Amino acid sequence: MNNLPDWLLEFPKDFFIDIKKPIDNAIEYMLKNWDPFFNGISDVLRALLNAIGSVVNLIPWWLLIIGVFFLTYKTYKKVRKSFLYSVMLLFVGAIGLWSMMYETLTIVITSVVISLLIGLPIGILISSSKRANAIMRPVLDTMQTMPSFVYLIPAVMLLGLGNVPAVIATTIYAVPPVIRLTSHGIQQVDIEVVEAARAFGTTRFQSLFKVQIPQAMPTIMTGVNQTIMMAIAMVVTCSMIGATGLGSEVLKGINRLESGRGFAAGIAIVILAIIMDRLTQGIFKKENDAQ
Amino acid sequence: MTNDDNIILRAEHLSKLFGSKKAAAREMLAKGIDKETILKHTGVTVAVDDISFEVERGKIFALIGLSGSGKSTVVRCLNMLQPPSKGKIYFEGQDVEKFSKKQLLDYRRKNISMVFQSFGLMSHKNVLENVAFGLEIRGIKKIEREEKAMEMISMVGLNGWEYTSIANLSGGMRQRVGIARALANDPDILLMDEPFSALDPLVRREMQFELLSIQEKLNKTVIFITHDIDEAFKLGNTVAIMRDGKIIQTDTPEGMSSNPADEYVKNFINSADKSKVYCVKNIMQTPSCLIRSRDGANNALKQMRDNGVSSTYVVGEKMKLVGILTLEQALKVRAGEISFQDSFITDIVTTSSDTQISDLIPVAAAAMFPIAVVDDDNHLEGIVTKAAVLASLI
Repeated sequence: MNNLPDWLLEFPKDFFIDIKKPIDNAIEYMLKNWDPFFNGISDVLRALLNAIGSVVNLIPWWLLIIGVFFLTYKTYKKVRKSFLYSVMLLFVGAIGLWSMMYETLTIVITSVVISLLIGLPIGILISSSKRANAIMRPVLDTMQTMPSFVYLIPAVMLLGLGNVPAVIATTIYAVPPVIRLTSHGIQQVDIEVVEAARAFGTTRFQSLFKVQIPQAMPTIMTGVNQTIMMAIAMVVTCSMIGATGLGSEVLKGINRLESGRGFAAGIAIVILAIIMDRLTQGIFKKENDAQ
Repeated sequence: MTNDDNIILRAEHLSKLFGSKKAAAREMLAKGIDKETILKHTGVTVAVDDISFEVERGKIFALIGLSGSGKSTVVRCLNMLQPPSKGKIYFEGQDVEKFSKKQLLDYRRKNISMVFQSFGLMSHKNVLENVAFGLEIRGIKKIEREEKAMEMISMVGLNGWEYTSIANLSGGMRQRVGIARALANDPDILLMDEPFSALDPLVRREMQFELLSIQEKLNKTVIFITHDIDEAFKLGNTVAIMRDGKIIQTDTPEGMSSNPADEYVKNFINSADKSKVYCVKNIMQTPSCLIRSRDGANNALKQMRDNGVSSTYVVGEKMKLVGILTLEQALKVRAGEISFQDSFITDIVTTSSDTQISDLIPVAAAAMFPIAVVDDDNHLEGIVTKAAVLASLI
């Protein structure tokens, strides 16, 4: 064994490609030269966040609880379930995390809105173009497998600390499912139905909006639901870059080694996630049944 | 090209190749090399190989062939869903391939409509919206298009189902929607790609009849694709038979049966004898009136009166067939002339559900009552009426 040259035993040190530097340089370059651009984005996002935040904050606590009760009842027609969700929400308030939850909700809603604004058109685009699909697929794979923390670094550098970079990082993390499932849903529409639409003289636009997208709606909605769930998960991670809300409570719990604080916030997040998941799913399912 | 007014659609030397090396394939085709060799060498499938035909206005043109013979590709060439690789299609003398984008859309919207094998209906729309789809695409106002759609829905006999979701319809009803949707555009030509193949035999026969009566009423030109020679002969004024992408013979049903072009056509026609194809279970019905051997004569009479029949099958435990009770016998029982148990006619003809109808014809001709269909243990499964046997032959 000892006779073998070093480079066979160990990865040769001389064979080294530095990709860290170029990435750092690129970010630095953007930071220096594209500052107005990022400031612009930052301003727009902040305005959006504030707008959504002020709408969310307009809802008094009791109205949200009653609202969840009625919405659950409307979708599931079960009093017990509606009651359960209302009580769960009440519990979040009771453990003193109501306003934190509103902050988290604001970031989630903002991220989801942006994700849909970006994701739906891209999904539609790549459904009809093989080339776009070939380009987007590895990009989406990367976006979904890249550890979510990695997004935080450039987001912080370019946009600073706070809720604005959190929205960006959350959007990047949460947008793939809606893109994927939109495109998948459209491609999966029964070929004869699409053919029928063409045979009746639809333009491409008509075929897409009057037939393919409505037919793909159940799948698209599954994507929207997944995007919401991923946004909730990411918002917690984003507390590391200064996102306010329930995630920051968890972070404080870690830093101060306060299990109680961590778990309380964790439970609130679970409750928020469950209610949002069940309500969106229930609404979509109802739509499917109507079809 | 002649401009015969009576010819609404004409296809000349139509070919359709699928694959990437079409030029090489076309060359090989011109040299007379067969399809398998071309597929092997170039990877190109020759779906349609130099066919020509013309379709007369107001007539039904049936195109028949086994699956893979290229017939579905031919219809898709006619409305340019799959533009032909070679050859011309003339609609009322105009070259369809030279249509501009807008002209092509108009052609599809107003002149030529299509009905699909698995219906191609949109599950997110109800019956009315599906039927109105073609008109919606044309930008016709909602009130107007729904009025027209309603008219078509009643034409295909779906009144009362307008607001039903497609998922709740049976296959036959779905295809009625498909036909109504195609007709709502008031097209000159109706392309039907195996429209009834997915339906069971009884419903299929009903739909064939329906199509003929609609055609009578509206006088549409129909291009009908099928793999069932009976269907082709029953519906087509002209029948063209396809094999391996070529048309072997085009003729009237009469002409084709009396003068088949080759052995293949002959075999195809011979395979057609319908009574061989259908079994008893395809035409079997559930008896509307049935009494039990432990019932009395009064109940039997009431049952017969309620159902408007003059005889009924009598069954014992677990539907075991006992016999037939006629009205006369039942009246005799009531008058006390014979006992109820002795009043059944037990000497009756029965058959099994997998008997071929051709074997049943002599039996049916002589039968006095509907024929009972029983399983191996003499349990009654259904009945076959004389009328049903005859109807299956038409």
